[in-house]
Amino acid sequence: MSTPDRDQNTANGTGFSRRDFIRGSGAAMAATAIATSTVEARADDKAAKPNVKPAEATEVTLTVNGKEHKLKLEPRVTLLDTLRTDLSLTGCKDVCDTANCGACTVHIDGKAVYACTRLAHDCEGKKITTVESLKDGDKVDPVVSCFVKHDASQCGFCTPGFVMAVRAFLNSKPKASLDEVRKGLGGNICRCGTYHGITECALEMAKGG
Amino acid sequence: MAELNVGWKPRKENEYLGKEIPRVEGNEKASGHAKFANDINTKGTLYAKLLTCKHAHARIKSIDLDAAKKVKGVKGVFDFRKFLDDPKAFEIHYDGTIIAAVVAERPEQAEDGVKAIKVEYEVLDHFVDEQDLKGATEKKRTGEVGNAKKGDVEAALKDAKHVHKGYYGIHTITHMCLEPHGSHCEWKGEDLKVHLSTQNVSGTAGQFAGSPLIGIDQANVEIVCNYIGGGFGSKFAADQWGICAAVMAKELGAPVRLMLDRATELKIAGNRPSGFGNITVACDAEGRITAWDSEHWGSGGFTDVDKPGKTIDINQFPYVFDFENRNRKATGINTNCGPERAWRAPPHPQLCALTCTALDDLAAKAGMDSLEFYRKNIDQLATKAANPDIYRAEFDIAAKLLDWKGKWHPRGEGGKGAVKKGVGLAIHRWGGAAHAATCLVKVHPDGTVESFAGSQDIGTGTRTCIGLVLAETFGIPPSMVKVNIGTNKYPQSGPSGGSTTIGGVSGPNRRAGIEALGKIFDLVAEKYSVKADTLSAGKGKIWSGGKEVCSWKDAAKLIGPTALEVQGKGPVKDGLTSLEVGGVQMVEVAVDTETGKVRIEKFVAVQDCGLIVDLLTAKSQVYGSLIMGIAYSLSEERIMDNKTGRFINADLENYKLPRIGDIGELIVEMYQPDSEYERGVIGLGEPPVIAPGAAISNAVANAIGVRVPVLPLTPQRVLDSLAKAKG
Repeated sequence: MSTPDRDQNTANGTGFSRRDFIRGSGAAMAATAIATSTVEARADDKAAKPNVKPAEATEVTLTVNGKEHKLKLEPRVTLLDTLRTDLSLTGCKDVCDTANCGACTVHIDGKAVYACTRLAHDCEGKKITTVESLKDGDKVDPVVSCFVKHDASQCGFCTPGFVMAVRAFLNSKPKASLDEVRKGLGGNICRCGTYHGITECALEMAKGG
Repeated sequence: MAELNVGWKPRKENEYLGKEIPRVEGNEKASGHAKFANDINTKGTLYAKLLTCKHAHARIKSIDLDAAKKVKGVKGVFDFRKFLDDPKAFEIHYDGTIIAAVVAERPEQAEDGVKAIKVEYEVLDHFVDEQDLKGATEKKRTGEVGNAKKGDVEAALKDAKHVHKGYYGIHTITHMCLEPHGSHCEWKGEDLKVHLSTQNVSGTAGQFAGSPLIGIDQANVEIVCNYIGGGFGSKFAADQWGICAAVMAKELGAPVRLMLDRATELKIAGNRPSGFGNITVACDAEGRITAWDSEHWGSGGFTDVDKPGKTIDINQFPYVFDFENRNRKATGINTNCGPERAWRAPPHPQLCALTCTALDDLAAKAGMDSLEFYRKNIDQLATKAANPDIYRAEFDIAAKLLDWKGKWHPRGEGGKGAVKKGVGLAIHRWGGAAHAATCLVKVHPDGTVESFAGSQDIGTGTRTCIGLVLAETFGIPPSMVKVNIGTNKYPQSGPSGGSTTIGGVSGPNRRAGIEALGKIFDLVAEKYSVKADTLSAGKGKIWSGGKEVCSWKDAAKLIGPTALEVQGKGPVKDGLTSLEVGGVQMVEVAVDTETGKVRIEKFVAVQDCGLIVDLLTAKSQVYGSLIMGIAYSLSEERIMDNKTGRFINADLENYKLPRIGDIGELIVEMYQPDSEYERGVIGLGEPPVIAPGAAISNAVANAIGVRVPVLPLTPQRVLDSLAKAKG
């Protein structure tokens, strides 16, 4: 059998030698991934105020969609788990848990944030907005309606995170160009392949549609 | 009773069918209010986390599950060895195998419980390299799964003007459902309610009820799936982890939610198997293909101890085409990798990736434009049901949309700079016949209509399409139709696999709707003294010979105090649905020969699918297919480590999927002459995901003048192929 020369470390041969990873496959989809508009948690956010808590569950008050919730949580519990488990706000999805896919995107003080990157205790005193707030009975945010118009969802699992990313992106770039849309929404992943509809939606919204 | 023609209306009379209509559940999905199995949090719900084995092949020497039970918040532990008659015979055959589940009050406590379990393994010999036929043969991991000959290949090769021999391959990918496999199970007395992430609402209750660990009447099981976060062919079963959740919920007297974690989802919940092959193909001086000889192998992962492995179906080689002289041979490899499951159009993407690349290389060898080469051979189709004229028409449309004539050039003449441009094409086929399904249609006396079916919407728009079929049938706005799907307590419907659902549900609903309409026409005829057989419904009214008889609401009132109910069945050979679609895809790429990066410039898909119910959701299926196709063509693959036998990129960081900026310009053209409408509904979800691999690979070959033989075309593989060609 003739097979090409292959890296013996991996079954996939040339695809994954560690030395060449950055030069090769690592760059394949990195172009837009690093340009996300979603702000990840940074160490220096917390540097200003030391916030040492005991390991056991303690009280924390979170302001979510304008409503205060008193909870008792261990300091390790993420905002994502809190929203989903304690508040049943399951529009933010637990998909990767590694700040890659954006399915858990919420807004903190108006900025898009991956909820899996924040600890619940660190969000005390902040204004947390989840996707559920974009629909109240028949009152629906225009981003939601525009997603529906352009069929920017299929299975719908990544969609709420994408909607929150688009909402924050348009808030900061209300007149975004196609190029800006392609870069600015690179922080979310869809498996069904709804990127075409999402692009159309974001562009229409940016044109004041 | 008025005898109504069940067939679809003449095309131009349609108010809704074939138009672009947004999906009905769009707002619920986009605003996060749609509840998936992953989101069910009924009061007292406990959370399960899994202990999995990181070895590719091992036995358990010792395990202390009790350690988990002592952890704060942990309520129970489930030992997966229970699924064997003899738990001592438990053997791990691939990375990710589940050993135990820990159930706790909170997810993080369940994780603590998992960490507390101590296991000692006896690590055994493994094999995970699906591409390495020689190594697999030496390790006695192979088995011949087919060897067939037709005509006289040797003589044909001798007589041929051009003969090409090449090696091609495509690696294993996973389904990467963003909602992992799993369920939320809750008991009320002897009744089990399962919110299951499933493509098979009507077909999974028996798997729960009949499990030796559960053992209840099937009538006591309710399956619910209103939304499913991706399945792509991998979610048809209850699975051991589903049974585990039900057993634990019973044992602990509380609801249990068990969803696979991301790594386990990728490792064990299904994958699309690999395929590699040496192919010889030949043509005459005119470019007419005269011979095919293929020997392929691959692996469907671990099959069973001492069984030969599996590989992609030999009977469909070569793909789409068949030739007078044709030999084919296939070898399956049994590896220590997670087992395969159906992946969107199984195994056509692999068949296409191996066939349409080899044919393209032969065209290049013969010095022919690939499109002309395809045209020359398009009558040599393998399936009699396939229509070469549809392909011919689609060739013309696609070529125009991409400007094939203006962009095609001989191989390697893709420009002088480091970035080379090229074009490629590939074709596919798919059956897409309607599955067996029933439904119940109710016409209420107020004129609203309901449909009930144990079906599911995996993203194709099942709810929307049922609603449109009934709205069109009764001539009422879609807002007056309520569609109820997503539980096995509704009339039995088929699983969503094989692009069978839209046809599957359209037929029964149309039939039931027409039968109900006939009954209503009889009542209208009597009340308004008109002839029933002159009546028609449309625009919210009942008409006779162009004159309005009454409003739909007035007609519906005649039903009486309770709803008119009609059962619909299918499939029936009455022309509402049929099968067999083609499809042509052409793509232009730009390849950076310094970095190896391939960029999609423009990607054109021309797709036939019979009658389109909803043009908007239909086009979404094609757009989505192209994007999934770009993923497996350029970046997506399961990477197994030969030394440890582990799946080393089982996460969303290193398992690379395209993002919104990585897909280029996509052009979707639904091939919709009247002749397609007349064919009735045919499935669409799968066919357009088949051709991207070969089309993109061919475009890269056209651009850089070198075939990159194995998909995905990562920068590394592109650079390696360029370096190899340089020598």
